Amino acid sequence: MSELKQVRKIALTGDEAVAYAAKQADVDVIAAYPITPQTIIVERLSKYVADGELNAAFIQAESEHSAISICLGAALAGARTFTSTASQGLALMHEVLHIASSMRAPIVMAIANRALNSPLNIHCDHSDIMNARDTGWVHLFANNVQQAYDLTIMAFKIAEDPELLLPVSVNLDGFILTHSVEPLEVLSDEDVQSYIPHIPYPYRIDFDRPLAYGVMALPDTYMEFRRQLYEVIIKAPKVFRKASESFSKISGRLYNLIAPYFLEDAEIIVLALGSTVETLRYVARKFRGRNVKIGVVGLTMYRPFPEKEIADTLANAKCVAVMDRAYSYGGVGGPLYTDILSTLYKNGIRTMIADFIYGLGGRDFKLTDAEELFSKLVKSVEVGRFDQDIYWWGVRE
Amino acid sequence: MESAQKYFKTIRDVPIEDYFAPGHRLCAGCGASLAMKLAMKAIRMPTVVVNATGCVEVSTSLFPYVSWRLPWVHVAFENTAAVASGIIEAFRILEKKERGKMHDVIAIAGDGGTFDIGLQALSGALERNHKMLYICYDNEAYMNTGIQRSGATPTGAATTTSPAGKVIPGKQERKKDLIGIVVAHRIPYAATASISHPLDFINKVRRALEIDGPTFIHVLTPCTLGWRYPPSQTIKIARLAVETRYFPIIEVENGKVRINIKVTKPRPLEEFLEVQGRFRHLFEPENKHILEILKQQVEENWNRLLKLEEIGLYA
Repeated sequence: MSELKQVRKIALTGDEAVAYAAKQADVDVIAAYPITPQTIIVERLSKYVADGELNAAFIQAESEHSAISICLGAALAGARTFTSTASQGLALMHEVLHIASSMRAPIVMAIANRALNSPLNIHCDHSDIMNARDTGWVHLFANNVQQAYDLTIMAFKIAEDPELLLPVSVNLDGFILTHSVEPLEVLSDEDVQSYIPHIPYPYRIDFDRPLAYGVMALPDTYMEFRRQLYEVIIKAPKVFRKASESFSKISGRLYNLIAPYFLEDAEIIVLALGSTVETLRYVARKFRGRNVKIGVVGLTMYRPFPEKEIADTLANAKCVAVMDRAYSYGGVGGPLYTDILSTLYKNGIRTMIADFIYGLGGRDFKLTDAEELFSKLVKSVEVGRFDQDIYWWGVRE
Repeated sequence: MESAQKYFKTIRDVPIEDYFAPGHRLCAGCGASLAMKLAMKAIRMPTVVVNATGCVEVSTSLFPYVSWRLPWVHVAFENTAAVASGIIEAFRILEKKERGKMHDVIAIAGDGGTFDIGLQALSGALERNHKMLYICYDNEAYMNTGIQRSGATPTGAATTTSPAGKVIPGKQERKKDLIGIVVAHRIPYAATASISHPLDFINKVRRALEIDGPTFIHVLTPCTLGWRYPPSQTIKIARLAVETRYFPIIEVENGKVRINIKVTKPRPLEEFLEVQGRFRHLFEPENKHILEILKQQVEENWNRLLKLEEIGLYA
């Protein structure tokens, strides 16, 4: 395909990279409310607007509930719309998240994943996004700052695809990615704008073609409305692939629904979301050096769940370990674990599997933790079973 | 004297077009439905209505029918002012970027959606200075869910959650001074209106739309089921609310208060109360003190407005 342009490499934190991506996307309306660790995203965006580098309406709402409501109104009016939040902020938005997807509003939101209160904690885990898991949004996860940047740009392409028209969240681990400086390759403004040109929202509010948005539907029709949401969100993988392919042409970076690592002959497979995927990969390389057949799978798309890809990947695994940075209290395990269990069962795959709850409230998951965990997996394979189904990894008991 | 600005001098000046279509599912004698019909008479250019959850919303949008002949948006109960903020700012920036055309934005919510659950979003929107008109239709309780008390329910009124009991005779608390709260944001225009005075109301809606900034209209809309009176009496009761000084008709432009309908010889408050079932218990001898409190509130409020008008200030 076309020859790659000269690569521009700069150093940015995850928050700054997301803000830069939103700026290059020429967003029209930004509405947000400050919350750690996303605040830098909107600080940067407000500065871009104040300096005239971005022609957008920057609205600091009086709450996250209003921020997402402003975005929803703006998206229906035909604006390219961006917001970001975390933790309690995402929880406060919850009601409107459901409405935004069902009203087919292509909002893009960055989520700086952070623990939920109580106790109050500002550090990373995935409780916030897992609580918003079933809201009908497309949820993407970044493993590093480069991906946070890339996925933010791709998110607009995916959200606004006329075949989809759904809101998309880009998840980046609070502090671990939001506040870490990494060198990353950024695209030119022209490339970004030719990748995601402004296309009119087909159902935008227009007096000359009046529509009613958010009507009342009783038992005789409500189910058909919800069925439409079901039918559209399952198109997201296809739309993602399309967006990814054209993105690779301007960036040289190709994303898939899942990111496999050392999977060819892997007997032990570890699955995770977010920055931990990088840690696991690093340690997996080390274990491969010791001839341990271990592989890692990161999920770039978490909703809709890439069931087929996961099933294909796990078909021949001897042992599966799921890393959950959140828990479903009173449930059968962590949220990713229950997704994987269902996938295995539905696809007739029987294998050893355990759930590892880790890193809640920002507890470090260090290389040594990963090594210890991998050693545990190796031992469990030797005896042919796990001694527990759910481990709280690194918790003081 | 009625509102200062007269866009429509007589009822003949009011456009024949109805952007609020007949055939909705609001009750016979519903005050809110009249307020909607009248407000829509005043639109002046491409307009969008943003509607909070409530009586008007559920009764005008039951799929597959809709009563609005213009774009109409409903999102939720408490965020109407926020949704409207997003729409107007989107239109503004899209016009600037030559990708869209301006519309007027009218947010409409009931008293529950404004006095109570939507107050924060309203305050945020007023502070941010968006160009929008917010109309609160006030039927003084959560009528859509079956007549529960709200921050707009007057002292003494019986609702299903402030019943006229043997020990507690109706709502004990005072109605919020909503217009005071709104005016405290120093917005350019705020007004009250009554469906019994349609020209005043329509002129106020148009006046508000002409202003480049946040504007607010609080319109009293009697509710036949909740206030418990026959459907034929809606306009009469709305008029009595004004003529007893129960609901003063005012406007506050750039902080200056003007009483639009000077009620020099008020009718006794009892005339407004006795025709409504929700106040019936106030006429029992043991509840006389509640009636007195309500009367005092009405008198106090009127005198306060007179003084504010005299000194030329509201907030």
